[in-house]
Amino acid sequence: MATEKELESLCSQVRRDIVRMVHAVNSGHPGGSLGCTEFLVTLYFETMKHNPKEFKMDGIGEDLFFLSNGHISPVFYSVLARSGYFPVKELATFRKLNTRLQGHPTTHENLPGVRIASGSLGQGMSVAIGAALAKKLNKDDSTVYSLHGDGELDEGQIWEATMYAAGNKVDNIICTIDVNGQQIDGPTDKVMPLGDLEAKFKAFGWDVLKIANGNNVAQVTEGLKIAKQHTGKGKPVVILMKTEMGAGVDFMMGSHKWHGVAPNDEQLAQALKQLPETSGDY
Amino acid sequence: MEKKYNPTEKKDTRSGFGAGLSELGKKNPNVVALCADLTGSLKMDAFQKDHPERFFQVGIAEANMIGIAAGMTVGGKIPFTGTFANFSTGRVYDQIRQAVAYSGKNVKICASHAGLTLGEDGATHQILEDLGLMKMLPGMVVINPCDYNQTKAATIAIAEYVGPVYLRFGRPSVPNFTAADQKFEIGKAVTLYEGTDVSIFATGHLVWKALEAWEILQKQGISAEIINIHTIKPLDEKAVIDSVKKTRCAVSAEEHNKFGGLGESISHVLTSEIPSPLEMVAVNDSFGESGTPDQLMTKYGLDTIDIVNAALRAIARKK
Repeated sequence: MATEKELESLCSQVRRDIVRMVHAVNSGHPGGSLGCTEFLVTLYFETMKHNPKEFKMDGIGEDLFFLSNGHISPVFYSVLARSGYFPVKELATFRKLNTRLQGHPTTHENLPGVRIASGSLGQGMSVAIGAALAKKLNKDDSTVYSLHGDGELDEGQIWEATMYAAGNKVDNIICTIDVNGQQIDGPTDKVMPLGDLEAKFKAFGWDVLKIANGNNVAQVTEGLKIAKQHTGKGKPVVILMKTEMGAGVDFMMGSHKWHGVAPNDEQLAQALKQLPETSGDY
Repeated sequence: MEKKYNPTEKKDTRSGFGAGLSELGKKNPNVVALCADLTGSLKMDAFQKDHPERFFQVGIAEANMIGIAAGMTVGGKIPFTGTFANFSTGRVYDQIRQAVAYSGKNVKICASHAGLTLGEDGATHQILEDLGLMKMLPGMVVINPCDYNQTKAATIAIAEYVGPVYLRFGRPSVPNFTAADQKFEIGKAVTLYEGTDVSIFATGHLVWKALEAWEILQKQGISAEIINIHTIKPLDEKAVIDSVKKTRCAVSAEEHNKFGGLGESISHVLTSEIPSPLEMVAVNDSFGESGTPDQLMTKYGLDTIDIVNAALRAIARKK
């Protein structure tokens, strides 16, 4: 079990990894990655039971995580590496030719910790449901987690999956929605208004929980703990988690502009000044 | 040469799938089945009845079905998805591409009502592009068996193979002429008649028509070699090359658009290995329409006589 302070300190290091990775190749998605840092750090270092040293695709007896919004691969890779799935120095290969750290996560290059390719949006909830159904068939009582962007909810397949999970009592999944209110073309309210997400998921038959500040380690830890207690009760569980896109780097926050843009040299230096190196840069 | 195939019964290939799936259910506890509201049409009822805990009704939500199937493989399951060929491929191409093919997942995409022989429902349901869509995906195995027995054998065989497979079959009853106890080998062409004048490579429902064409050609003194290509990908290139080395010309026959199908795959082998005349019996870049299966096969040039004529054209083009 990690302390709150340890998790916070890890978040700072993961954020350094994120901005350095996207800067190095002048591409990638820092905004959503920074916004979901507390969530992924907490999930991998506190919440899930998993075995990074000996990755097995079937994950039997382990909690599983599926990243549906694959473009936030920088935070995913950093957290996987720092959990011990693969060497931290491999983060330097992100998006480069012959890398296992493809622009969007894939199983194709056999990167330990990744169980499905994602990038084309809206597919991860279905995959998580499938993995959860297999766990039920295998009499495996561990939990399946997934993360989705709020913009991703524009995709129709998400609602097919939402209907299925409730209708078939898939109660061993916890899907988290990163509600940052931003997507590529602007605020979600402008691009495709999502309406009342809580009411929508409730109407579909889900158990709806909230994390008011997804950039607060204590709130994320508590939220995930409560969510786990809500599993196994006949309903799928969704967490609506409010985050700030670009969190942790002042000039990247509060705008959709850093969704898929890398910082230049000067901006990188400015970002790193705000993020103490806590576990050693790759 | 004596006529070798005299089937006494006609059966639909989709029932071969249903029978194969039912048998798999009994012998392999990891086999699971998913269906998008077409259980009866896909003949999945027996599996559903015998193994309700391993049968997943997903409703009319094919994208979700493919995603769930991909996720199930993570836990070691072998999912067989079932819906019409149109909704098994075109409707869910991106899901198959990312979550199944690129992710290397052991999903068996089983597709009924392929091609024109779906009949009266018309072009919205008569996909003639599915073989092309599926064969373009790296790592995807594409199988189109010819009759009930072969579809049953193929269904059982693909559960043993680890990796994504597209299995295509159809709605109408067609002569059931292959052996009930056949061993289905993925990627291995089956020579039905040996011949010396022309090689006829047929797949799916067109295999029986190629056998009928053999008889007509034989009466005209033409020796046709008939080869059943049940696996479009990986194509048995050696069988194609060895046959054409002997006959020096070829015909392809399929219930599919001429673009993207078996003919195109054969053409690729011939042009790179053994340049020879090839005549394609296939739909000429068109959608289908309503009609009986027989009427449609005639109108769109996929009849026995079309194979005969293609063979004569191919022979005439030989140098």
